[in-house]
Amino acid sequence: MNKTALHEKHRQLGAKMTDFHGWEMPLYYSSILEEHRAVRQAVGLFDISHMGQVIVTGREAAQALNRLFVSDISQVGEGHACYTLMLNESGGILDDLIVYRIGPEDYLVIVNCGNRTSDVEWMRAHLAGEAQLTDISEGRSILAAQGPLACRLLEQVLDARVTSLGRFGIAPIRTMGPASCIARTGYTGGDGFELFVPDAHAKRLWDLILASGRAIGAQPVGLGARDTLRVEAGLRLYGSDMDATTTPLDAGLEWTVAINKPDFIGKAALVAQKQRGLARKFVGFELTQGPVPRAGMELTVEGRRVGTVTSGTFSPVLNKPLGMGYVEAACAKPGTILTVTVRSQRHAATVVKLPFWQSERKELVDARSP
Amino acid sequence: MRVPPELKYTKTHEWARQEPGGVVVGITSHAQQELRDVVFVELPAAGKAVKQGESVAVIESVKAAFDIYAPVSGAVSRVNDAVAKSPQVVNQDCYGVGWLFAITPSNPQELAGLLSADAYSQQIQAEAH
Repeated sequence: MNKTALHEKHRQLGAKMTDFHGWEMPLYYSSILEEHRAVRQAVGLFDISHMGQVIVTGREAAQALNRLFVSDISQVGEGHACYTLMLNESGGILDDLIVYRIGPEDYLVIVNCGNRTSDVEWMRAHLAGEAQLTDISEGRSILAAQGPLACRLLEQVLDARVTSLGRFGIAPIRTMGPASCIARTGYTGGDGFELFVPDAHAKRLWDLILASGRAIGAQPVGLGARDTLRVEAGLRLYGSDMDATTTPLDAGLEWTVAINKPDFIGKAALVAQKQRGLARKFVGFELTQGPVPRAGMELTVEGRRVGTVTSGTFSPVLNKPLGMGYVEAACAKPGTILTVTVRSQRHAATVVKLPFWQSERKELVDARSP
Repeated sequence: MRVPPELKYTKTHEWARQEPGGVVVGITSHAQQELRDVVFVELPAAGKAVKQGESVAVIESVKAAFDIYAPVSGAVSRVNDAVAKSPQVVNQDCYGVGWLFAITPSNPQELAGLLSADAYSQQIQAEAH
């Protein structure tokens, strides 16, 4: 099993560990619900070093990435980032990722850990022109400090731009070795930062953030709350809510696609699908009470199967069960009443607009819809 | 981990206590700690006939759903509506206000055959290794 540089820290903090795509990662330290609330109210610290880090550099790096990803990478300025998707020729999603422009011709691409090997192979095979790709994941860590007080806390402890960094901005951390960066990105739907550092700095940074943040309620947070937070924010999880059998249109991620840029892998398939129209749509739904909808459960309307749950959780902030999944396009309108069957009992679930929850600070809300 | 000496236990982490109104059932402190964040409890209907070892209730944590088994055979005499309304009481007080249901036993010998507090403590220690 792979271990991150912070593995011993998690053990010392009494974390319950879990196997996540071959990585031994913290599931929770105290309680998923408590850690979730810490992120919504104060600040939570995550170890997400299992995620893959890839550097693409060269005179034609932007053009090369523009063919690999659906968004218009030429529009990403230095010090900025964008959430995007990588497709196969059929328009199926190979991964969702964030691409950061860290230099004039230098890009940092953060990919899902379960896809790292296949992503790197695919990118190498399809990288055109004057551009080089390096998988720098080994020996590097990623810490995420997320929550409304993360900005204040990191401003105190880091020698870097923090408060002045805009959403999806990235800047160097000056005292932590080469290619150390701070970015105002995350996977919780609220304000937060991700710190990309060499392993040699990870433990010190982890301790520093927790120690300095203790008084304001900072807590370590595991993958359990990472999941409940991202569901509340309506953020898709690769492998659960999307995979190579779903397109960006199916997954409700059309906003990421620059359909008018010259060419990118999967474009023809998306254009054709758009002409045909969508058979199914990705929706969020909520129950007023009752059990937690879980991946694989059936969604029906008047006894007829119309879809499947792909993610579900209990929201400690909204205090009700939430789910996401695919339904026939005709059943995707907010307000539609679906039935989710749990242990042969039927429960009403109302389709609602995603996200379920969003930060009150509008300038920090990601552009997640057209 | 608290294992009250006056209770009887199952291998599947339920506790049982003889009361005038029937055998009261809940989950152990070890079980609630393993489940952590209890967010939903599904209880049987009062009057339901149950067999020892049969799944009669479900407790859901954030991550998964877990079956709760009847420690003794009989009929469900009472259920605890308080845990259905506030599932977190299972975490807060599993031996008290977090009890789940009571059974009017059909075979009184079954209760006597359950694990003692000592035997149950040994079992959870063995599981930890």
